[in-house]
Amino acid sequence: MTEQILEAQSIVKKFGGLTAVNNVSLSVGAGDIVGLIGPNGAGKTTFFNCITGMETRTAGTIQYKGKPLPTRPDAVTVAGVARTFQNIRLFPNMTALENVLVGTHCRTKVNAVSAVLRGPAFYREERASTARARELLEFVGLRRVESLLAKNLPYGDQRRLEIGRALATEPGLLLLDEPTAGMNPQETQSAMGLVFKIRDQGLSVLVIEHDMRFIFNLCDRVAVLVQGEKLIEGSPAEVQHDPRVVEAYLGTPAP
Amino acid sequence: MNLRQLLDRGTALSRQRLAARVLPVGIAATALTVAGSFTPWATFSGYPGKASLAGFPGGARIFTLLLAIGMVAALLRPVGGRRRAGLLCAAGIVAISLANAWSITGQGGGLVNVAYGVWLAAVGGALGVAAFAALPDDEPVALRPHWPRAVEYALLAGVVGLGLYAVVVALAIGEPSRFLSYLVFLGFAVSAASAVGAMALLPKLYNRHQPVALGLILLAGIAFPFTQNGNATWLRVAATIGTLTVAAIGLNIVVGLAGLLDLGYIAFFGVGAYVGGIFSGAGRSSIHVHLPFLVVMLLAALIAGTFGLIIGAPTLRLRGDYLAIVTLAFGEIFRIVANNLDGTAGPNVTRGPNGISGIPDLKIGALDIGAPHTVFGVDLPYFANYYFLELLMLVIVMVIFSRLNASRIGRAWVAIREDETAAAAMGINTIKLKLLAFAIGACLAGAAGSMSAHVGTQVSPESFTFIESVLLLAAVVLGGMGTIPGALLGASALAIIPEKLRFLQDKRLLVFGIALILMMRFRPEGIVPNKRRRREFHDETGGGDAMSAAPGGPVAT
Repeated sequence: MTEQILEAQSIVKKFGGLTAVNNVSLSVGAGDIVGLIGPNGAGKTTFFNCITGMETRTAGTIQYKGKPLPTRPDAVTVAGVARTFQNIRLFPNMTALENVLVGTHCRTKVNAVSAVLRGPAFYREERASTARARELLEFVGLRRVESLLAKNLPYGDQRRLEIGRALATEPGLLLLDEPTAGMNPQETQSAMGLVFKIRDQGLSVLVIEHDMRFIFNLCDRVAVLVQGEKLIEGSPAEVQHDPRVVEAYLGTPAP
Repeated sequence: MNLRQLLDRGTALSRQRLAARVLPVGIAATALTVAGSFTPWATFSGYPGKASLAGFPGGARIFTLLLAIGMVAALLRPVGGRRRAGLLCAAGIVAISLANAWSITGQGGGLVNVAYGVWLAAVGGALGVAAFAALPDDEPVALRPHWPRAVEYALLAGVVGLGLYAVVVALAIGEPSRFLSYLVFLGFAVSAASAVGAMALLPKLYNRHQPVALGLILLAGIAFPFTQNGNATWLRVAATIGTLTVAAIGLNIVVGLAGLLDLGYIAFFGVGAYVGGIFSGAGRSSIHVHLPFLVVMLLAALIAGTFGLIIGAPTLRLRGDYLAIVTLAFGEIFRIVANNLDGTAGPNVTRGPNGISGIPDLKIGALDIGAPHTVFGVDLPYFANYYFLELLMLVIVMVIFSRLNASRIGRAWVAIREDETAAAAMGINTIKLKLLAFAIGACLAGAAGSMSAHVGTQVSPESFTFIESVLLLAAVVLGGMGTIPGALLGASALAIIPEKLRFLQDKRLLVFGIALILMMRFRPEGIVPNKRRRREFHDETGGGDAMSAAPGGPVAT
């Protein structure tokens, strides 16, 4: 049994009378790639939002590396859990490089006073974060477009940039919300390569996806959410052949 | 040859035929305009610039003459973008002549008072519009200057000098009609220059020689009082502009960088002004304490900043619109409190509607700000001292602004403005950073306010109405959000236009409103946009001049 990075226990999220996430527990081990699948409206993104503090959960506990995870979004990121968004949320009027630099914000320290006074520490830190940001752009394959505005990048590049920006916060766990949505097969293939590369850097990844081939090729374990509840969790092979999963996606065959 | 090719050839031919007529029509237009510029515009002699004289291109007629020269240049030089440049020159001629016709009609009593010179110029301009409209539209050639260093420096110096000259001329013009003509002329001339790509050259030169350019601008700022020949009028206005600009730069941090809508910003300025007045040793102060000005200024900044924290801490947790409403309310509360803290109910702090008057001139150490000087044989009224002091303050505030902007703090502010949720997901403590922007803005307004108390010698509640907040906000938007020249330009327009166009008086707001609407339509990024905003509105392709972020690189100091 590998060491657990993230342990979410009995997460419940209710919107008024609607229970979007019901008693879902999920854990991610160190260096694991875990997939989260389910039909539309199953509560996958809500579950993500509960982890990252974008929504206040109704009940449940979340531990990250053995410590309770904070509830404010920025504090979650500082603790080491970064995310991307289902509908891309880059800073559209900042350049690719600046987008990644914003990601380094929570790992840098210069305050307003030293930003005005500009001692050697300021320049040292700026140089370091710029170098780091360029390194990350290289890593996601966007070094050559670093000076373009994020909104002018092609769709696939925007997805990559979002991942690069999340990596700049130096996370231990990366949450990807549909990283290949809207991509063609080649782009999906290269996105898969990118996720493997990220795992090889020692990060754990939790990924929501609808592309089943992507999920089953990529993940060590897969959990299936249906109507806010966890149906099954297991290896890709187990999940793939489970009749309940097929039923959840396609419905029961007519008698 | 199929039909399509035939049609193409037909349109090409007719275009050629039209283009062949551009030159004669354009020359006729120019001739008419020049004739109009040298012939009388008014039948009575009271109209400014001796408009009734023939053979003398004074008054507004000098501007139509200059635009006619621009038109000829666009006709004869086959540069890219000349269609738009020529159109703008011609339209400027029409605008100036018609505006003057209207004004002459008003002053003379009837349309009969408009002499034939105006109509000649107007017809010339209209003909010019027709001629240039027939030219094909082409893009200006992007100039990539690589001249010897000395030439580029000289060019920068020339531009800065021309700018100073333009300001001095603007201030020297007394008559409203001529001033308006001048403004219209400047507007159209600068647009025409930018149509042929000349204005795009300036940012390039500026970026390449930033320290030199900034030094030249500062020099022009220092030179300004020496152009006034001891006349205090405009130096007094300039001293007012100085404090307003400092406040506008503060507001620019709040609105332009962090994207927080503050509708009660003038209240922080007012807090500073009251602190400045109360501790100045003024005869009509509520307490008789006289502290050194630098202490008072710090105190004013601190107190205003504290108010900023008090207002901001609860409201910045919420999103967008709530802040606007709370700041709007704060502005009103401040004014009403200032009106009522006169001792009848509660303590006597502000002396109510009477305000604090008789605020003495500043004394900083051995420096008596209230004393006039003579430097290099030029008399400098005592307002020049305030002006220089504010110039110093402005330099400091600019350094603060641009250095914050080009740091992780500034990036975080822009990120919050762009997408607050995503910014929080990147580990940015959005509440803390918004509060920081809000407090810094309030501090700068407070410091500027304490200075303004001395410039104006009195502080009273009616100077801090909601309208002042709106105008300051309009100045920032008009000038260009997120830039320093923008704030300077906006604040100057705010202070100079009402002085110059007295007849506008109560229509001041109407004019600003119209100006804002026109700006939003034609130049949404403001008069002097920063790089980011220029690209936000005009960078669709993603190509062109790629912006290098160069963090930690040279910054405006």
